[in-house]
Amino acid sequence: MTNAPLRARQRERWTGGLLLALLAWIALSGCASSASGDDPGASDRAIQNKGSDTLVNVALAWAEAYQTVAPDVAIAVTGGGSGTGIASLLNGTVDIANASREIKPDEIDAARAQGIEPVEFTVAIDALAVIIHLDNPVDQLTLPQLADIYTGRITNWNEVGGRDAPIVLVSRESNSGTHVYFLEEVVRLGDSENRDIFAARTLMMSSSVGITSEVSRNVNAIGYDGLGYVTDSEKIVAVARDGASPYVLPSVETAADGSYALSRNLYMITAGQPTGAIAAYLDWILSPAGQKIVADLGFVPISGLADKE
Amino acid sequence: MANLTEFARERYAQAALRARPASIWLRRGWSETLIELLIRLSGLSTIAIVGLIFLFLVREGLPTFLDIPLRQLFSGRWYPIEGLYGLWPLLVGSLVVTAGAIIIAVPLGLTTAIYLGEIAPPWQREILKPLVEVLAGIPSIVLGFLGWVTLAPIIQGLGAPTGLTALTGSLILAYMALPAIISISEDALYAVPKEYRDGALAIGATQWQTIWRVVLPAARSGLAMAVMLGIGRAIGETMAVMMVTGNAAFVPDLGLDMPLSPVRTMTATIAAEMGEVAQGSLHYSVLFGIGIVLFVVTFTINLIAGRLVGSVVRRRGGQL
Repeated sequence: MTNAPLRARQRERWTGGLLLALLAWIALSGCASSASGDDPGASDRAIQNKGSDTLVNVALAWAEAYQTVAPDVAIAVTGGGSGTGIASLLNGTVDIANASREIKPDEIDAARAQGIEPVEFTVAIDALAVIIHLDNPVDQLTLPQLADIYTGRITNWNEVGGRDAPIVLVSRESNSGTHVYFLEEVVRLGDSENRDIFAARTLMMSSSVGITSEVSRNVNAIGYDGLGYVTDSEKIVAVARDGASPYVLPSVETAADGSYALSRNLYMITAGQPTGAIAAYLDWILSPAGQKIVADLGFVPISGLADKE
Repeated sequence: MANLTEFARERYAQAALRARPASIWLRRGWSETLIELLIRLSGLSTIAIVGLIFLFLVREGLPTFLDIPLRQLFSGRWYPIEGLYGLWPLLVGSLVVTAGAIIIAVPLGLTTAIYLGEIAPPWQREILKPLVEVLAGIPSIVLGFLGWVTLAPIIQGLGAPTGLTALTGSLILAYMALPAIISISEDALYAVPKEYRDGALAIGATQWQTIWRVVLPAARSGLAMAVMLGIGRAIGETMAVMMVTGNAAFVPDLGLDMPLSPVRTMTATIAAEMGEVAQGSLHYSVLFGIGIVLFVVTFTINLIAGRLVGSVVRRRGGQL
């Protein structure tokens, strides 16, 4: 008989303890997510890094190489597109978002509404290559010609010096930073008043590989992709700013010195000024060791910026 | 017939009463009520879940139909990052791909089922039936990959400007709908009593006449169900379609070459864009609006199918 109340009290203590543990866990995790950087325990968990598919290979190489620099810091890298990465940063599921475009004003507003002040770091430069099938006789195009092609004003290759064949337009999906960059700089020729958009029959690919493989097997296709993703099975078109400018092929050099028209900054974005392990990682990325990896993968290191200015 | 079953039921009830002492009978009554209640609850929960899903869809997607003028919804341009929300190309895309899949899969599936159920010798059936079931087990993404790598170049070889077309999607979807159509229609044929076939053959009908005039009409409701499930599978499929249809949101011109143009389906649009949208934005609710449209389309198809099957049953006097 005396046993029963004792057991009841024990059970009470049990649940009390559990409740306390639960509260402590909630409080701790709350702290961790609100100030991820300055938590000394941050090195225990993986730094979550997500976003641009253009940047994903470089980000992976960085994460891998950083293991030798700081073996106790784990970094998880995923792609998905710049918009996806920034959305995840705002939802608090990643620590660093990768983006191949600047963060948009409405994304900044959404971030501020959640008490996040996004900070953008330029981590590399990318040259955007316009690619066609190897058997396509066209070698060079001007930006206005590209705009006419992608808006559907030019629909046949013979209008730009090629065969009499329809042009098949290939693009990334609209959640890609590359898509937005191409829309602003090529389709709209950098004119913010211009409301032109891609022709409706543009094929939308959800990955960089989707574009290169369609272009490499379709003799009438034209696509665009980061220079680091172009392989030997596609032909790179030389691009001129207009009819009077020289035609330039994209390369690390022409992107760095600014003579190639379609080069852009690639960014890593954090929620607030980074601290702790994340800050150390970003510092290393911007160091010569981190930028060497950028050059190795066919992108342009940001030290190139100094030459440009 | 009716007298016989009633008689059997009575006999069974009497036997059951006699077999059990009263106390156990009482307890059984209790547990039976409980079980009945549980079954009823699980049945009702299915309906409740469907209702809740629809409510959720409506709550998230309603701004689509309130904030965007209907004329824009039916316009031909889908480009959400510029605020162009024309659902028309997506609707047409889904319908073209699904219709193509049905046209390919239904005749193939039904004839395969007839062969399996009526004509094939047992040893062939024993090999073919498991193979059909293996077909059902292939993940859709694998079929999508297959379509992307092997089917698309073939379609392009037919003279299409690109291999990523509605037809490519239809072929992949037909392949995916086939196992469901075959196994369910084969079951429906199997359910037709042997006496029907015997009767038909006895009055001198050939095997073909027996199949065409007796077995198929008798199995009609089951066959309709098979086709409906096939359509359901086809219209809801996402990944494979996304990989092979090119995802260009434009309305192809009506004509024979319509299947040879790229299209963007509703499901692929939701899948491709859901990851990018900010929660609560107009684009977000439009994606849910597409979900409502999909829901309404499948619901209508099921309703029509139900009516068709129902009227067939009634005409046949409630038998089969």
